[in-house]
Amino acid sequence: MAFAVRKFDAVIVGAGGSGMRAALQLAEADLKVAVLSKVFPTRSHTVAAQGGVAASLGNNGEDNWHWHMFDTVKGSDYLGDQDAIEFMCRKANEVVYELEHYGMPFDRTPEGRIYQRPFGGQTRNYGEGPVARSCAAADRTGHAMLHALYQRNVRARAHFFVEWMALDLIRNAEGDVVGVTAMEMETGEVVIFHAKAVLFATGGAGRIFSASTNAFINTGDGLGITARAGIPLEDMEFWQFHPTGVAGAGVLITEGVRGEGGYLLNKNGERFMERYAPTVKDLASRDVVSRAMATEIKEGRGAGKDGEYILLKLDHLGADVINKRLPGIREIALKFANVDCAKDPIPVVPTVHYQMGGIPTNYHGQVVVPKDGNMETIVPGLYAVGECACVSVHGANRLGTNSLLDLLVFGKSAGEQVIRDLNADPGLKDLPPDAGEFTRARLARLDDQTNGESVSQVGADMRRTLQLHCGVFRFPDLLVEGVAKIKEIAARAVHTEIKDKSKVFNTARIEALELENLIEVARSTMVCAEARKESRGAHDRSDFPDRDDKNWMRHSLWYKEGDRLEYRPVKLKPLTVAPFEPKARVY
Amino acid sequence: MVAKRIVVGAHYGLRDWMMQRVTGAIVAVYTVFLLAVLVMQPTLDFITWRSVFTHTWMRVPTFVCLLAIYFHAWVGVRDVLMDYVKHTTLRLCLMVIVVVALVAYTVWTVQILWSL
Amino acid sequence: MRLSIYRYDPDKDAKPYMREYDVPLEPTDQMLLDALVRVKTLDDSIAFRRSCREGVCGSDAMNINGKNGLACITKIADLKEPVVLRPLPGLPVIRDLIVDMTQFFKQYHSIKPYLINETPPPEGERLQTPEEREELNGLYECILCACCSTSCPSFWWNPDKFVGPAGLLQAYRFIADSRDQATSERLDDLEDPYRLFRCHSIMNCVDVCPKGLNPTRAIGKIKEIMLKRTV
Repeated sequence: MAFAVRKFDAVIVGAGGSGMRAALQLAEADLKVAVLSKVFPTRSHTVAAQGGVAASLGNNGEDNWHWHMFDTVKGSDYLGDQDAIEFMCRKANEVVYELEHYGMPFDRTPEGRIYQRPFGGQTRNYGEGPVARSCAAADRTGHAMLHALYQRNVRARAHFFVEWMALDLIRNAEGDVVGVTAMEMETGEVVIFHAKAVLFATGGAGRIFSASTNAFINTGDGLGITARAGIPLEDMEFWQFHPTGVAGAGVLITEGVRGEGGYLLNKNGERFMERYAPTVKDLASRDVVSRAMATEIKEGRGAGKDGEYILLKLDHLGADVINKRLPGIREIALKFANVDCAKDPIPVVPTVHYQMGGIPTNYHGQVVVPKDGNMETIVPGLYAVGECACVSVHGANRLGTNSLLDLLVFGKSAGEQVIRDLNADPGLKDLPPDAGEFTRARLARLDDQTNGESVSQVGADMRRTLQLHCGVFRFPDLLVEGVAKIKEIAARAVHTEIKDKSKVFNTARIEALELENLIEVARSTMVCAEARKESRGAHDRSDFPDRDDKNWMRHSLWYKEGDRLEYRPVKLKPLTVAPFEPKARVY
Repeated sequence: MVAKRIVVGAHYGLRDWMMQRVTGAIVAVYTVFLLAVLVMQPTLDFITWRSVFTHTWMRVPTFVCLLAIYFHAWVGVRDVLMDYVKHTTLRLCLMVIVVVALVAYTVWTVQILWSL
Repeated sequence: MRLSIYRYDPDKDAKPYMREYDVPLEPTDQMLLDALVRVKTLDDSIAFRRSCREGVCGSDAMNINGKNGLACITKIADLKEPVVLRPLPGLPVIRDLIVDMTQFFKQYHSIKPYLINETPPPEGERLQTPEEREELNGLYECILCACCSTSCPSFWWNPDKFVGPAGLLQAYRFIADSRDQATSERLDDLEDPYRLFRCHSIMNCVDVCPKGLNPTRAIGKIKEIMLKRTV
């Protein structure tokens, strides 16, 4: 029996911030768009972002996009592509104002303008001191943003397919993307979405680690699908450890706590960040702060019974400021750490938070791959935005609040690019004769598997491997061992067995399919990390402690086929301004 | 078969909601008034009880209060019918019965109060 | 830990039943959701929604020992065993703890949940004083988990006609927004014995809201504004 086919101008996979920003662009252009999401759109993980969205509005002190650009380039440890970074920083004000016009309930300054707070790595005058650049709605910015975007989409009558999971890309003989297969979770029915454009906005895959701030749904579906379709993944070795995840629980505590004046203490009550980043202290970029914390813990200055965590102090801000600016944090600390942060410090540890790498794209959201000597050949019909994409604006380390900005800027620009492409070539390319076969084979394998391992067992082994072998500090022997282990686990993952064979809302099947996506991400991460013989941004190797711009100022491209690696140079030339030359990175 | 449509947006409801509050207040005030009047009586037997209601200053408030109760009851019973009786025709019939009963009670109230 | 969980898979069960589980916990399992995830490793056929596991996405709303709440922020230590888990009441069950929320979202969509302002936007932001912004606190934080609406008897009886506490809270969120210009239309739309006035201030919604919001107060404010424009 053939899968049913539905035709659309564009299919967007994922309804988080970037997917919905792109959807809005297309829906307002009256295109026929399907937006697929594993969860109801307002449940996407953008909802959990807390601190703010970066834009140099200058509402709380002077600021401009060029300073923002400098910070982002420096924050990326010079691995970010400077054309994309310039594009993002210049567009920031526009997209944030648009969001406000959509109804986003930003906090306000006494003048009635959008409230802005300082954040890590965001500085005034090329690194002189912290600047208030993070536009915030209390500590629920992501929630407010995701709801505002959903609401605007409702107004624009975008067509959502809620609780549908995308499974595989469909490419024709030329390699053009002509659609995607997806499963309706409620019925188990698989449909081919035949479209002129497929846009991935599936978010990150933080769930490859045991301790992560990420939601259960962050399983890198877009990345797994892309890798299986023969498209490489870029810079997968770079994973951001957020300095302040609640110890034990992994729940995120926003950097906005430090933006509002909180700071970190070791067990001696020492404000240790003064030693590691004398200028901006606790507001250094995340890789720097996480490493400092891990060093304190490693050298025996961690707090707690086993010296296993660091303390985040904010009681000196006073209950009024906490209740007004950080109400969600107070709730989280009470629930997950049993601490009233208006009285006592919160126990925190660096926790996996964000994937800097992803599906390689240019700043129009078009997926680009090396082909016939051209490092940036566009894959017709395929687009990617948000955390699942690697533009690359974040390089080796993302600055706080740049992710929400990334969603808005590139969600919009990808939407515009899709419209341009559809105008230029309005025809719907034919589906290949074997469309959907690959998906059918995968599903049949899963349903017919006997004597296989459980999904939870294989998943747990994968998460433990990444946690142990690919942490804040990375060691050569552990990396080599990790690659071997993850390959072995990947081999096991194709023999997973589910007991539940029901058609109706079969979450066991969903989790098994998610694991297949996670495995691709985990494998690319280990392989890329082992191969990169330098320390840059979030990738810190004990055997190569320094950045090596001569050999390694380039992006990794990992192909699933044979775990092959290729590299492409970093784009150092911005669009209109002079490049920022690589310098030593001190905060 | 015609698609089942749920039509809402009747543009009323505030007045009823207000009426329940106002009539509730009237009943409360009257209760206090009645208690005060009764307490002030030297004895409390049927003769006294009956004679109290022969005065116009007693009859009018009593009538107003009972009228308030009927309006209050109308909204309350109507709400119950709206919640539990899903069949439209049946609901309408029950509502008409309630209205007729309340109008009858009003007439009966006048008859009782002014025939004392 | 002992749990008693509502099970129903229309693919194979003729009717729903309760199934007992005794699941060993790890010291790191603090919340009810952690226990449910453990149960799923023992029996992969149990179906429930979950995502953020920190109380902001609103996926894992369920009826816990008789009271609606989010599994991810309900502490195991606070629960009496066996913990009885049922799907949210009043909505059709798809499977196990998963309910069909179509009706709930239909009501949410019916209140036009988006800012309406037809004047051309300025180059920058629309100005709003901190005091005006303050009005939105306690409203915009709603996560649409449906704990409130599915604990409301008025919503049980008329889910097709009564907007319900979640929808009305959002209706007031836009009425209260100084930037929204459609207050009259919004009030017109709500002035209906079913849409708004089914609320009898039972306040179950306030009791169960995992975010500590107060839909009853918002509904009261809507009535107050309606009254002001009438008299």
